[in-house]
Amino acid sequence: MGFLSGQDEQAVKKQFEQIGGSVKLTVFASELGPETNAQTVALVREVAALSDKLSVTVLNPHIDREQAQGYRVDVTPAVVVEGAKDYGIRFLGLPAGYEFSNLIDSIVAVSTGEAGLSADTKTALAELTDDVTIKVFTTPT
Amino acid sequence: MRLAQHMAIASDRVTAECIEATEFPELSRRYQVMAVPKIVINDTLQFEGAIPEQDFLGAVLQAVGGRS
Repeated sequence: MGFLSGQDEQAVKKQFEQIGGSVKLTVFASELGPETNAQTVALVREVAALSDKLSVTVLNPHIDREQAQGYRVDVTPAVVVEGAKDYGIRFLGLPAGYEFSNLIDSIVAVSTGEAGLSADTKTALAELTDDVTIKVFTTPT
Repeated sequence: MRLAQHMAIASDRVTAECIEATEFPELSRRYQVMAVPKIVINDTLQFEGAIPEQDFLGAVLQAVGGRS
């Protein structure tokens, strides 16, 4: 059974009309983990099927250790959203509900590499000389 | 999360992690997540709720020590 209703799919496809370049979705999941691991793989595959610009790679951090280290992923399920490069966008946990709209938004944004921010914000961020990790805790509803 | 992920696109220095709080209770406890969305920047600065872009940027700059 799919996660997305026909209506959801239409809405996502509409947003995906704005996709520029290709987007790589890397899912880290463990068969031994909670059921959200398999659910995340299934959901991301459903999303990826809605645009030929999207590709999905599923890895197991316990087996594919080098990739997990490279992406700095140490929990599952985790989804890395990459465009022309890895911009550092990660979803930890099943990206459903509130996070789902952010997942779709991030896919469109990385495909173009265009940040939807004011010019002032972009200028200030471009001048950062230290690394910044922003954690955003959410719940599905 | 929207602002955080767009900031990650705007700067190679910025990483944005969207964390499903109920799936990671240990992380949620460590960061004392009582309400969502809760934003934690560099493990030092934190706030709850959605805030305007300018204020979010201010928080990021404050977290790196007010430089830039």
